[in-house]
Amino acid sequence: MDRPALPPPAALRSSPLHWVRRNLFSTWYNSLLTLLILAAAWTLVPGLAAWLVGHAVWSGDAAACRAEGAGACWAFVAEKWRFSLFGTYPVEQHWRPTLAMLLVVGLLLGSADRRLWGRPLLLLWPVVLLLAGLLMQGGVLGLETVPTYLWGGLPLTLGLSVVGLGLAFPLGVLLALGRTSAMPVFRALCTVYIELVRGVPLISILFMASVMIPLFLPQDVTVDKLLRAQIGLVLFAAAYLAEVVRGGLQAIPKGQVEAASALGLSYWQRTRMIVLPQALALVIPPLVNTFIGFFKDTSLVVIIGLLDLLGAAKSALTDPAWRGFYREAYLFVAVIYFIFCYALSRYSRHLEAQLSKGRRR
Amino acid sequence: MPAREAHPGEPIIELDGVNKWYGAFHVLRDVSLSVAKGEKIVICGPSGSGKSTLIRCINRLEEHQAGSIRVHGVPLDNDIKHIDAIRRDVGMVFQSFNLFPHLTVLENCTLAPVWVKKMPKSEAEALARRFLERVRIPEQADKYPGQLSGGQQQRVAIARALCMNPSIMLFDEPTSALDPEMVKEVLDVMVDLAEGGMTMLCVTHEMGFARRVADRIVFMDRGEIVEVAPPEQLFADPRNERTRLFLSQVLSH
Repeated sequence: MDRPALPPPAALRSSPLHWVRRNLFSTWYNSLLTLLILAAAWTLVPGLAAWLVGHAVWSGDAAACRAEGAGACWAFVAEKWRFSLFGTYPVEQHWRPTLAMLLVVGLLLGSADRRLWGRPLLLLWPVVLLLAGLLMQGGVLGLETVPTYLWGGLPLTLGLSVVGLGLAFPLGVLLALGRTSAMPVFRALCTVYIELVRGVPLISILFMASVMIPLFLPQDVTVDKLLRAQIGLVLFAAAYLAEVVRGGLQAIPKGQVEAASALGLSYWQRTRMIVLPQALALVIPPLVNTFIGFFKDTSLVVIIGLLDLLGAAKSALTDPAWRGFYREAYLFVAVIYFIFCYALSRYSRHLEAQLSKGRRR
Repeated sequence: MPAREAHPGEPIIELDGVNKWYGAFHVLRDVSLSVAKGEKIVICGPSGSGKSTLIRCINRLEEHQAGSIRVHGVPLDNDIKHIDAIRRDVGMVFQSFNLFPHLTVLENCTLAPVWVKKMPKSEAEALARRFLERVRIPEQADKYPGQLSGGQQQRVAIARALCMNPSIMLFDEPTSALDPEMVKEVLDVMVDLAEGGMTMLCVTHEMGFARRVADRIVFMDRGEIVEVAPPEQLFADPRNERTRLFLSQVLSH
């Protein structure tokens, strides 16, 4: 006779008290840590809250902020947020970078939806980015021309990052394919490139792009400084992305390529439909790691005189009337960086979960 | 390159003096074999004898270094057009299935017809469903390979190869990675295929299958073909001492 399957034993009683005991006071060292953390919070949180909110100065001038016992000077942010966000871009034209950023963020949000992935979306990328650039640059449709040396703040950071990664990613994939290719010439070229670029600091690449490229060009040819920085960033990021992608390529079993070859698929068909989809899904965590790092690395363009988000905020501090409120300035910038990076991180986890649904061996 | 129409009895695979080395290791030594259309060949031999390498040379997963291989009269050389023409006509089933884990069963089957043969998607899907029916798993079409048992995965792999409508099928130890209770369901599909007239080259240790289906058994050892004979003759009266030894080992239990 078949024995009936038994239900699992009734779950242990679970009350809040139970939870606390099991998770916070399960052993003597857990209890000790819990108490230490509580003590630390007890001493730090009230002071921090008082500075951030309680004694904070929300409006007024610098004098109010400098008063005895005043907390964070949010009045500084209220006064300078526009300059931090847009740099030296003409104030009456701020709607243009705003609209450009909305376009780009819209493009990113659209690209996040897997159901929209495909050729139309791929073609939409250059169109939207060009449109955003044109909106910033002006000179058409009666828009006043704003030269790139006036661009700054968040639009600059966002533009350098999105255009940079948009170009560096395909380039990185090609480099990774080249480095794992069976053709010795390609392999050697790609390996040399990757090792060379990875072997020098980003700052030196930016300097080279900014200072040395013009030396090699004829006198009458000038390449825009922003464009030079962008090229430097793309070349740099591509080398890093190539190594991340290569890690994924190497994790794909040889049998996958053999099965695809046996079916008669060409090298590019195998790569596009069999190898890359699996390899890229595997390396989402390190890929996003690199993306986030790159997003923040764009702040280094300040050394060649471009005012990105961080640079603009620092520059706002040079106003003699508002000197010294660097904590508020950096906090403001940090929050903006965090919002973008955290959103990207959350999205990558969502994507990982989606791609692994029902597909694990 | 259009594959020439072969008549029964006419050779569609011709190997002549095929040699291959892995570095200094001589893995195939002067292998010559002619396979007629509709013929079923079982290749057996001890591990490391070069049997897998031999059939992997026939669709250029491995490159031979001397001798000639012709499939349907098309020479297998470095001409990519020749390789493509041969691969389109030769299906292969692997020991480890090698299904594409990121694609559904149906997508696994339609991929090559759509991209290699440029078949309309709806037509490819109808074709794939027909072959999934034939390997007796039509209900699994929308699942991912990871959700199927080993036997089911191997039957999908067979259906995937059949969707290209090949005239030759290569099997590289198709049941070696399977749990014992799943071997039969895969062999049944292969027997069914053999009875349908497919030209088959099969590396396997399933001697029952060989006895039932093979027209000839090729026994290989140390990279060379030691003996070729119909199963009844090979099992009853192997000519070569090495064959005798091998058979006594695989048939003893």
